[in-house]
Amino acid sequence: MTIDATIPPGKDKPTGSILNDPKVRGIIYQAITLLLLVFFIYWVTTNTIENLKRANIASGYGFLNGRAGFDVGQSLIAFTSDSTYGRALVVGFLNTILVAVTGIITATIIGFLVGIGRLSKNWLIAKLSMVYVEVFRNIPPLLVIFFWYSGVLAVLPQPRDSLALPLDMYINNRGLAFPRPVFESGAQFTFYALVIAVIASIFFARYANKKQMETGKRLPVLWTVLGLVIGLPLLTLLATGTPISFDVPIAGKFNLTGGSVVGPEFLSLFLALSFYTASFIAEIVRAGIRGVSHGQSEAAHALGVRPGLTTRLVVVPQAMRIIIPPLTSQYLNLTKNSSLAIAIGYADLVAVGGTILNQTGQAVEIVSIWIIVYLTLSLSTSLFMNWFNAKMALVER
Amino acid sequence: MAKRILTALIGAAVMGIGTQAASATTLGDVKAKGFLQCGVNTGLTGFASPDASGNWSGFDVDYCKAIAAAIFGDATKVKYTPTSAKDRFPALQSGEVDVLARNTTWTINRDTALGFNFRAVNYYDGQGFMVRKSLNVKSALELSGAAVCVQTGTTTELNLADYFKANNLQYNPVVFEKLEEVNAAYDAGRCDVYTTDQSGLYSLRLTLAAPDDHIILPEIISKEPLGPAVRQGDDQWFDIVSWVHYALVGAEDFGITQANVEEMKKSTNPDIQRFLGVEADTKIGTDLGLENDWAVKIIKAVGNYGEIFDRNIGAASPLKIERGLNALWSKGGIQYAPPVR
Repeated sequence: MTIDATIPPGKDKPTGSILNDPKVRGIIYQAITLLLLVFFIYWVTTNTIENLKRANIASGYGFLNGRAGFDVGQSLIAFTSDSTYGRALVVGFLNTILVAVTGIITATIIGFLVGIGRLSKNWLIAKLSMVYVEVFRNIPPLLVIFFWYSGVLAVLPQPRDSLALPLDMYINNRGLAFPRPVFESGAQFTFYALVIAVIASIFFARYANKKQMETGKRLPVLWTVLGLVIGLPLLTLLATGTPISFDVPIAGKFNLTGGSVVGPEFLSLFLALSFYTASFIAEIVRAGIRGVSHGQSEAAHALGVRPGLTTRLVVVPQAMRIIIPPLTSQYLNLTKNSSLAIAIGYADLVAVGGTILNQTGQAVEIVSIWIIVYLTLSLSTSLFMNWFNAKMALVER
Repeated sequence: MAKRILTALIGAAVMGIGTQAASATTLGDVKAKGFLQCGVNTGLTGFASPDASGNWSGFDVDYCKAIAAAIFGDATKVKYTPTSAKDRFPALQSGEVDVLARNTTWTINRDTALGFNFRAVNYYDGQGFMVRKSLNVKSALELSGAAVCVQTGTTTELNLADYFKANNLQYNPVVFEKLEEVNAAYDAGRCDVYTTDQSGLYSLRLTLAAPDDHIILPEIISKEPLGPAVRQGDDQWFDIVSWVHYALVGAEDFGITQANVEEMKKSTNPDIQRFLGVEADTKIGTDLGLENDWAVKIIKAVGNYGEIFDRNIGAASPLKIERGLNALWSKGGIQYAPPVR
């Protein structure tokens, strides 16, 4: 039939079975895959429940209200052995957040410095940065953590020979002890003053920007902001009669007592994660800067913009668009790598959860909590970075 | 770690039906695969530790061998799974190991909620403290403010919290998952005090850089009955594991040793005849699912309880732990076996 050739392909009636229709076939395949998946999940779930029942293991999340019975060395909130398992998990969660946030900040700073250093025209700086990147990037993170932990323990002295640092700080193999501020009544005014100073600084900076746009005159932003943020709280402090005192660490029987202590576990995990992740961030930064076309800086030079300003106003903003997406992955990696804390006894979510798992035997429940928490943390970081990326993206005019 | 638990869980979920179908009993499974899978410590001198060529030895290891000897008549038919304090329970729950002989304290929680069964206590222990001599501490009550190294997932960790709370003492727990990590941290001076079962302290002291610089404080703050654990729901297997221990204690009671067991078979004492399965028409072993000379096989393989104790942790070993509570009931201890009758 020669007429068939003139009919458009979309209106072609199936001559045989409808199974030959690619649309129908596609739906059938998808339905089969979905059915198989649902069946697999159902089978795994029922089988797990059945096996748990047969092994006489209780299930459910009720155990979270039970008394923990164990102590945690490092805790941001009050925790005793009388607290609940649920609270212990919160302690572990906060410790994970603490090391992740501080690690991300430090890794970003080191990473940017090293990344820019690799592009430096100074031979020594460029080569040193290269060695740094190649060393830390090529060692497993667990080894970096062990390196810092044994390093910290081996190099630092015993408590009785603590090294005294300025400002009444001491360092020994039990950690870094520093004076803890004790706030008496009236101290809140200093805090309010600080908040007011920060808000005022933001307004001043905006005003200065507007002024520069209108008149071309530049106001001394840096000095005004410094004066506000340091001066105003200081004046308030003196005016209210210095209601802040310090609890200074002093030598006790076993260790320094008083003050606050940052344990060697946190220190070494924080240093290890920062240095490890920074080596990847450095490469991302270098790639980002290299990714900006050379013509951009040449154009800026041609307009008479100074080299420092060229980097700050022309190159970096464009490089950021390349840097941010892979940077997000590194932040997620750092957060997830923090679970290696278990190797050196830092009480993070995995370590505390593992202890609870062992005391209660609620393996399925604890593992599910771990998964949900890390998933939530990672997705939140991703969302934030996506928002930041959208903000930094090239605005087409 | 998490990965390991997950593997165990998924293993439990996926393998569950498979193993169930293959054989209804643990004994049947063990016989079918031809060896005993035994969960032991990752390395605790005297209790379970591998030598340079990977051969395991120790007090707990001898229990694995004794069970294998009772089943197969061959003490070498054992495969060892080294487990940390934390992953030992998932390993047993999931069926990764057939029996857990790993300095495990018998507690009501483990006996019920965790789904295990304990009966035979092969070592009566208690928790103690070890400190550096240079600290001049004579009693655990002087330990307020100390940093204490402890292994996570143990009864030790809980007893520690209870003891310091009950005595109004402050402390800073330094918690690790693996025994080796706790040892290294204590040796490096990260903490002032090391706490675990006293038998463990004697064993660990030997591995420190300068064992003589450390003392074990006199206080014992807990009861730690250690024994082999099995999963609930298989009474025959539970009986076999329990009775291997009772056979070892019984043999010491009768004075039957690895050297004289063949000779003792000719004994005219009816108790010994029944115990060694030489009594006419006996069903002493077949009722357990084993052969009638199961006790002979055990003793030939590892000796009696006293021999195991002396060889691994007692007078003939570097640990030199006193028998103490673990002496026979007839010699001032509380080791006691039910009659074989």
